[in-house]
Amino acid sequence: MKQLTVISGKGGTGKTTLTAAFASLAKNAIIADCDVDASDMHLILKPKVLEKEDYYGLEVARIDPELCIECGRCKEFCRYGAVSGNFKVDPYGCDGCAVCTVICPKGAVSMEKRISGQVFSSETRFGPMAHASLGIGEETSGKLVSAVRSNAKKLAEQYHKDLIIIDGPPGTGCSAISAITGADLVLVVSEPTVSGVHDLKRVLELTVHFVIPTVVCINKYDINEENTQLIENFCAKLGISVIGKLPYNDIVTKAMLQEKTLIEYVKSSKCLNESEFADQICQIWTRMEKILMNIQDKQKGTKTLEMKNF
Amino acid sequence: MKIAIASGKGGTGKTTVSLNLALSLSDVQLFDCDVEEPNCNLFLGFGLEKVEDVVCPVPVINQEKCSICRQCSDFCRYNALAALPDRILFFPSLCHGCGGCAVLCSEKAIRESERSLGVIEKAKGESSPEFYRGLLNIGETMTSAVIKTLKKYVDDRKTAILDAPPGTACPVIASIGDVDYCVLVTESTPFGFHDLRLAVDVVRSLKVPFGVVINRWGLGDSRVEEYCKAEGISILLKIPNNLKIAELYSRGIPFVQEMPEWNEKFRGMFEAIKLQLADTEEART
Repeated sequence: MKQLTVISGKGGTGKTTLTAAFASLAKNAIIADCDVDASDMHLILKPKVLEKEDYYGLEVARIDPELCIECGRCKEFCRYGAVSGNFKVDPYGCDGCAVCTVICPKGAVSMEKRISGQVFSSETRFGPMAHASLGIGEETSGKLVSAVRSNAKKLAEQYHKDLIIIDGPPGTGCSAISAITGADLVLVVSEPTVSGVHDLKRVLELTVHFVIPTVVCINKYDINEENTQLIENFCAKLGISVIGKLPYNDIVTKAMLQEKTLIEYVKSSKCLNESEFADQICQIWTRMEKILMNIQDKQKGTKTLEMKNF
Repeated sequence: MKIAIASGKGGTGKTTVSLNLALSLSDVQLFDCDVEEPNCNLFLGFGLEKVEDVVCPVPVINQEKCSICRQCSDFCRYNALAALPDRILFFPSLCHGCGGCAVLCSEKAIRESERSLGVIEKAKGESSPEFYRGLLNIGETMTSAVIKTLKKYVDDRKTAILDAPPGTACPVIASIGDVDYCVLVTESTPFGFHDLRLAVDVVRSLKVPFGVVINRWGLGDSRVEEYCKAEGISILLKIPNNLKIAELYSRGIPFVQEMPEWNEKFRGMFEAIKLQLADTEEART
């Protein structure tokens, strides 16, 4: 089983739109929406939830006012400033470290479990899908990304799928790192704006840091061809292949409004430039499949290793 | 007064609104809180200087004093410490710097040192707007710690504009948690509409007064406007889906500089925010 993660650094470059199109092109894949705090994939794929599970993030401290003598030790030791003047814990500030529980001389602090989201196993018209919803302002989006990915793996085994397509979050932080860790291939969707170029460079540093094979797709390449050239030169220097360039096209919003993937939308369209656009996405997907085929399967690799050890 | 510019969905125009608003006003501070991907200075081109290293305390274990009692590794909620039969292993990238292990260690075998998370930078000399940004190190996960450090530079006597990261999770809360007003930027698409509602849930649960800016207005999904109307949410500004604006953005030019008629619109937006805050204040008293 192989894992492909789509990320971008910058938000709004077209990750979800492309990933949804790939979902309708892939023959034997699981979809995982790992942009857990602003997930949109379900708007297109309309998953029917088969299984729902509460997700527990880090625990949160609670001070029992009956036992508290207001000595101030917890406040002094809390490095996140989560204990307020009247000895209440701000749940948004608390990092769940539990230092206060060992510092309190009266044993007034306990850690409480908290449901911070839900994980779903679902089915869609393109096959199984793993996704989640994160509660408001929750800390642990990186951990929830891992939960979605392990759910996706389970689904892949259950339904004998050999590929997991992961729609990743923007940024380079905790959720982005969780979404690419252990992936076999990363596709970075970029755009030729100064922000797009800057964020692409940072995200490539990230995939180099974690030693994950990476390819790049330039979306809306014609809004600034100079910057597109810049991205191509930059990638060539790093030995990263640009596997496709897509022009700006209103079709993206039109398909979204009809809750269809680009590939589905084009089937009902008679417009030549729209079907050309979809053709280009098909070509990108064919190239991706080829690259994935040539990458050694990590899952299989570890299995043989384990057998040798035993 | 602190005004945060946020959105659920990425790429809706937070940085565009932050920059153009800051450039339309005088005597303002601008903070780039999207420390994973800070973009503001690509449009401002200021020379930057470092004002602070953001660090996180990390344990250093004296293996000779350590009795491998496992108290620290059992305690660590982030799995940053693991007990082997002959020593304790430490994984710096998982450590949140809570200091619990050092407090617990009965052998006094743990002292703390620092690991770098990122930097805070400031525009050199006098600049308009006065500009600060945070930059998270590559491979680092402690986004909120960098944002919290950055916000120490807010001058309460001035108007501060904070360009927040996308999403609804902890980095967003760290950015908008204690502001006076939040501007939610969205676009008239199904994704924009869906993520706007998530962002509204966030600001409502934080009890921060807010209004909406619709970017790329006219893309065909009118639900954003209908929703705002039904919910009584004020629409502060509509920025049309305009090729010239998109093209200026791609070249790194804030559009108020080439389309000066927009200065007035952003100032009007600022006045509308002040009015709304005055009304909320009046309703409270």
